[in-house]
Amino acid sequence: MFETGIQLYEIYMVAGMALVTFGIRYIMFPLSGRLRFPELFERGLRYVPPVVLTAIIVPSVLMPTGETLNLKLNNPYLIGAITACAVGGLFKNLLLTIVVSMAVFLGAQWAFAMGW
Amino acid sequence: MPVNHSRQKRGIAISPKNNSPVSLFFEGAKDTFPLIVGAIPFGIIFGTLAATAGLSFGATMGMSLFVFAGASQFVCVSLVTAGVAWPMIVLTTFVVNLRHMLYGATMVFFYKNLNPLWKMVLAFGLTDETFAVAVSRYSKNDGVPGKHYYNLGSMVFMYGNWNLCTFIGLTAGKAFPGISQWGLDFAMPATFIGIVIPYLVSKPMWASVITAGTVSILAGGLPHKLGLMMAALAGVAAGVICEKVFSEKKERI
Repeated sequence: MFETGIQLYEIYMVAGMALVTFGIRYIMFPLSGRLRFPELFERGLRYVPPVVLTAIIVPSVLMPTGETLNLKLNNPYLIGAITACAVGGLFKNLLLTIVVSMAVFLGAQWAFAMGW
Repeated sequence: MPVNHSRQKRGIAISPKNNSPVSLFFEGAKDTFPLIVGAIPFGIIFGTLAATAGLSFGATMGMSLFVFAGASQFVCVSLVTAGVAWPMIVLTTFVVNLRHMLYGATMVFFYKNLNPLWKMVLAFGLTDETFAVAVSRYSKNDGVPGKHYYNLGSMVFMYGNWNLCTFIGLTAGKAFPGISQWGLDFAMPATFIGIVIPYLVSKPMWASVITAGTVSILAGGLPHKLGLMMAALAGVAAGVICEKVFSEKKERI
């Protein structure tokens, strides 16, 4: 099914992606010695993890096809996400949140596919 | 003084070897386990999709080995399928992964006493998952030294799992040709929801997350995932502003 021989353009592509990604992740360390971040910037950094993840979660749940907003309950992604929020909020257990919401999501998807 | 002394002693007695590099490494790996469960379907689907998109075995494994950034690897596969030229794919990778610069900025403070090699190794592994796990351990003010071993443990397990799953997707994926249509992609939002919930303990945090979610939908039509960066910046701004408003209110009272 797949090509075994790597092509030249692929080498450029993977090398470019690797350099760009590492550069993004590393650049702040050598830079930080030279410039001083304002206090406001450092305060803002505390919001980075939840904010970035939310900006990934919300479109993938509410616009699963990538184009139209689906806020109806025939959207298995929405049902799964509501489950994840409920389980996560109640039990504060990450593994439980993932496993239960995945199960509910797959169940809902299966049910809709069966024409419920 | 005697009280302090006994408390110190008790602390040592409770965790006699918990601060050794090896146990910190495995603690980091253990805390990353739930995230690994969420990442498994992703790696397998990536390997399967890459193979069907016509990427070679070497390029697919090379991506997981050297790029190690799931979201941009998926975007790359879809661009290869669409026949986009490699410089444009590299540029798109830059935009999709730009959020990791904020991760680096956050870790500058925690890595400040590490040597450049450690910084490079840990920076290479700053995925969404390892960042989330490591930053919460670093933020715990328990005075434990050597938390970079914890970070390394999380990173090594994520990395090993990601590459193993890519390999499984590439090889065994052929047995399940429809796997990318199974909807296993819900594993990512499920994992991320589980990470976000513990952060939601203050009004500014709620404000920042609600703002980010709203903007991510409003700006969702922008090309090259620029909406993600806009949503992130708007969310951070909302959090900081909200924090300021509340602290001013408190001062007036």
